[in-house]
Amino acid sequence: MRLGRRQVVMACWLGWIQPAAADWALNLPAPKSDIAARIYDIHTLILLVCLGIFVVVFGAMFYALFKHRKSVGHEAHHFHEHTTVEVIWTVIPLLILVGMAWPATRAVLDQKDTTNPDLTIKVTGYQWKWEYDYLQDGVKFISASSTPADQIANKVAKGAHYLLEVDEPMVVPVGKKVRILLTSHDVIHAWWVSELGVKQDAIPGFIRDTWFRANEIGTYRGQCAELCGRGHAFMPIVVEVKSEADYQTWLAAKQAGKQAKAVAAVAAVSKTYSAEELKASGEKIYAANCAACHQADGKGLPGVFPALAGSKVANGPAAAHIDRVLHGKDGTAMSAFQDQLDDADLAAVITWERTAWGNKGSPVQPADVKAQRK
Amino acid sequence: MEATLAPSLPDEHHAAPTGLWRWLTTTNHKDIGTLYFWFAATMFLIGGLMAMLIRAELFQPGLQLVQPEVFNQLTTLHGLIMIFGVIMPAFTAFANWQVPLMIGAPDMAFPRMNNWSFWLLPVAGMFLVGSLFLPGGAVAGGWTMYPPLFMQGGISYDLTIFAIHIMGASSIMGSINIATTILNMRAPGMTLMKMPLFVWTWLITAFLLIAVMPVLAGAVTMLLADRNFGTHFFDAAGGGDPVMFQHVFWFFGHPEVYILILPAFGIISSVIPTFSRKPLFGYASMVYATASIAILSFLVWGHHMFTVGMPAAAQLYFMYATLLIAVPTGVKVFNWVATMWRGSLTFETAMLFAVAFVCLFTIGGFSGLVLAMVPVDIQLQDTYYVVAHFHYVLVTGALFSIYAGIYYWLPKWTGHMVNETWGRWHFWLSAISVNVLFFPMHFLGLAGMPRRIPDYALQFADFNRVASLGGFVFGASQILLLIVILKCIRGGVKAEARAWEGAEGLEWTVPSPAPYHTFVVPPEVK
Ligand code: HEC
Ligand SMILES: [Cu+2]
Repeated sequence: MRLGRRQVVMACWLGWIQPAAADWALNLPAPKSDIAARIYDIHTLILLVCLGIFVVVFGAMFYALFKHRKSVGHEAHHFHEHTTVEVIWTVIPLLILVGMAWPATRAVLDQKDTTNPDLTIKVTGYQWKWEYDYLQDGVKFISASSTPADQIANKVAKGAHYLLEVDEPMVVPVGKKVRILLTSHDVIHAWWVSELGVKQDAIPGFIRDTWFRANEIGTYRGQCAELCGRGHAFMPIVVEVKSEADYQTWLAAKQAGKQAKAVAAVAAVSKTYSAEELKASGEKIYAANCAACHQADGKGLPGVFPALAGSKVANGPAAAHIDRVLHGKDGTAMSAFQDQLDDADLAAVITWERTAWGNKGSPVQPADVKAQRK
Repeated sequence: MEATLAPSLPDEHHAAPTGLWRWLTTTNHKDIGTLYFWFAATMFLIGGLMAMLIRAELFQPGLQLVQPEVFNQLTTLHGLIMIFGVIMPAFTAFANWQVPLMIGAPDMAFPRMNNWSFWLLPVAGMFLVGSLFLPGGAVAGGWTMYPPLFMQGGISYDLTIFAIHIMGASSIMGSINIATTILNMRAPGMTLMKMPLFVWTWLITAFLLIAVMPVLAGAVTMLLADRNFGTHFFDAAGGGDPVMFQHVFWFFGHPEVYILILPAFGIISSVIPTFSRKPLFGYASMVYATASIAILSFLVWGHHMFTVGMPAAAQLYFMYATLLIAVPTGVKVFNWVATMWRGSLTFETAMLFAVAFVCLFTIGGFSGLVLAMVPVDIQLQDTYYVVAHFHYVLVTGALFSIYAGIYYWLPKWTGHMVNETWGRWHFWLSAISVNVLFFPMHFLGLAGMPRRIPDYALQFADFNRVASLGGFVFGASQILLLIVILKCIRGGVKAEARAWEGAEGLEWTVPSPAPYHTFVVPPEVK
C-alpha cells in the first residue's frame, strides 16, 4: 500500500514511473525493508523541498535576467542592504532544515539499534570476496564473484547479472531481524545492499555492526562500496531472502555438506596424491583465489603483486612456500589462507604454483601443509 | 612601513632580467601570478586528459582501454592533480595578480618567498605525474589515501607523500604571504570593511590553509612512518586504528573544500555587481557568512565518514552541524540574486559564467544537503551521487568561477578586450555539456553504482554512455578557452583602464594592461 502511494507521488513529480528493468533508473531502487523505505521517503521529502526552494530563488533570478537587463532599458536601482530581508532569509532556511532533519534523526536512531536480533551473521571482507559466518549455526563460507573473466574482457556476451552474481549467496529468512557483524581481513571494504537499506564499512581489526529485516522474498544484489584495490569492482554481494522453511532446508544442507567436507579433509590429509592430481585441482583453486593478484599467467603485476613464475619461493624449499601461503605476510596484500582453504586445497594450489609456468619446485602433500599450521 | 619603502622600488629594478631567467628569479606579483596561472593550465590539461581516459573506459561495460590498476591510478591522480595542481594554484594566481591591485599595494609582502612558493609547485607536480612511470605505477588508493590500502603500494606512494609535503609547504608560504599583504599593505583609508569581497574571501582562505595544511602533512607523515619505519598509527595489529586516519584526513579535508570555494565566492562577488551595474547586496552579511562558513568547516568533518560506524550521537551531531553550513551559504546565493535584482544587466562572458555558477553551484549545494541526511547518506556514500555532488561544486562551482574571473580580468592583464563571440561559444558549449556529463551521475548513484570502479553492471550502461559523451564535448570545449586567452594576449580591441562600464575598485584605476609596477605611491581610499 505504502509503496504504491510512494511511486505514484514520485511519478507525478518526475513524470516518470520506475520501469521494471532498472535501465535509465532515476531513483533509489524500490525498498525491501522498513529502513530502506524510510530512507526512500526522507530522500523524496528533501528532494521536493530543494526543488521548491530552487524554483522560488531561481524564478526570481531568471525574472531579473529577463526584465532587468540593460538592453530592455532597465536602469539600476542602487539599494544594497535590507536588514529585515536578510534576517528573514537566514531564519527561514534554518527552520526548513530542522524540519527536514527531524525524520532523519528518528531513522538514524532506529538504524543504529542492533539489539535483539533473530540471527547474527559475521561478514568478513577479503580482497576481493566476502566470507559469511553464521555464528549460531556453525555455517561458514566464502562468496566470490562468479562473472567469467571472458565476459569482463568482452570476449563473450555479458550475462543478465554481470558483476552482480556470486558463487554462493548469503541466505537469510524473510521478516527476521538479521544483525551483521562486519570486519575485514586486509583493507577497508563496505558491505552495501541498497534495497535493504544497509551500508557499513568493514574495518580490519575492528568489528562494526548493522542490521536489516527483509520484507519480501527475493534476491537482492549489491557491491563493495569502499575502494579496496584492483578488484574493487569485482566483489559483489548477493542476499537471497527465503521463507523460514526454505531457509531451514538450506541451513540443514549446508551443515550436512560441511560435515562431509570435514570428513573428506581428514581423509585427504593421510592420502598421498600424484603430482598430476594436485596440479589439476590446483589450477582451479589458483584461478579462484590467487589469479586476481598474481595473474593467471603467474607474472603478477610489477611493483604491486610479485610474479610467481620463476620466483625464488616457488622454486626453493617447500617449507617457505607453504609458510607464505598459510600465514601470509603482514602489512601486504598477501593474506593468510589457512582459514580460507583446507589442507588438500592448499597442497594442490601450492603444487600448481611450484610446477606451472616452467617452475621447478617440488610437489607438496596435504600432510606437509598440516604439519606447518600454527 | 610600505609608505617609506614603496617610493624607492622602481630604482631597484632598472636592469630586469629577460627570458627564462626573468621567470625563474622574478619577485613581481604579476609575473608570479602569470606563472601560477600557466602551471594550473598545464596541470588542467594533464588532469583533464586523465578524465577523458576515465570516461572513455566507462563508455560501456567491460574492460576496454585500461586495466583496473591503471584505472585506479587515473582516478587517484585525476583527483590529486585537479585539487592541488589546478584549482588551488589557479586561485593563488588570482590572489597574486589581484590582491595587490585591489588593495592598492605595490607588491606582495614577501616577494622572494612568493617566488619560492611558486617554484616548489612544478617540482611537486613532476613527482606526482612522474610516479606514473615508476614500477607499480602511481598511487591507486584514491586521493583520500585511506590506509591500509595505502600500505599496499610501491615507491610511488612515498614519492606522492613527498609531493604532498612540498605542495603543503608551498601553500602555507603562499597563504602567509597573502594574509600578511592583506593585513599590512592596504592603501591608506582602506579599512577591513572596505576591502573588496574577493580580498576578504582570500584572507579567510589563507587562514584556513595555514590551519589545515599542517594537519594533512601530519596525516601523510604518519602514513610514511607506518609504511617505512615500523610504526602502527593506522594498523590495528599494532594498537592503531585505520579510522583515525580518516578523522585526521577529513579534519583537513573539509576545510579544504572551502579553500576550494571561498575564493570562488569572492570572484563571483566582483563579477556580478559589475555587470548588474549595482553594488553588491549585503556586503557585511557576505563577510560574516564567509567567516562563519570557515569556522563551521572545522566542525563537520565526520559527514564524510557516516558509514565507518560511529555512534548515533556523533552521526546526529555531524548531521546538524553540516545542515548549519547551508544557512550562510544560502545567504550568499540570496545576496547574489538580490544584487542582480533591479540592476541593469548585461551578459558578457564573465557574467554568463557567474550566473551559471550561482545556479549550478546551488545544485551542488542541494545534493550536499541530501548527503548530509545521515540515513540517505548511508545509501549514497561512495556512489556516483557523491561524484556528481562534488563535481557540481568543484567544476560548475570553483572552475566556472575561475573562468568568470579570467574573462573578467583578462583585459586588465593583457590590455585587450576578450573576443566575446569565442567566449560565448566556450560558455554555451561548456555549460550544456557539463550538465550532460554530471547530471546523470545523480541517477547512477541513486540506482546503486559505486564510485571508483572501472567496470559496472549492465543497468548502469545507458547513463554512463550519456555522461561520457557529455564529458568528451566538455573536454574539447576547453580548447576554446585556450584560443580565447591566446587571442587576447596577442591582440584585440584595446582595453581602457576601466575595462567594464560598471566595474568598481582600485584595479580599474590603473591602465590596462597593468604596468609592471603599480601603486608605487599608495592611492588614497575615501
Ligand atoms: C590480494 C592480492 C593477493 C592474493 C589474492 C594472493 N596473493 Fe600472494 N602475494 C601478494 C603480495 C602483495 C605478495 C608479496 C608480499 C611481499 O611483499 O612479500 C604475495 C606473495 C606471495 C608469495 C611469495 C612470492 C615471492 O616470490 O616472494 C606466494 C608464494 C604467494 N603470494 C602465493 C599466493 C597464493 C598461493 C595465493 C592464492 C591462494 C595468493 N598468493 C593470493 C598478493 C596476493
Ligand atoms: Cu572491497
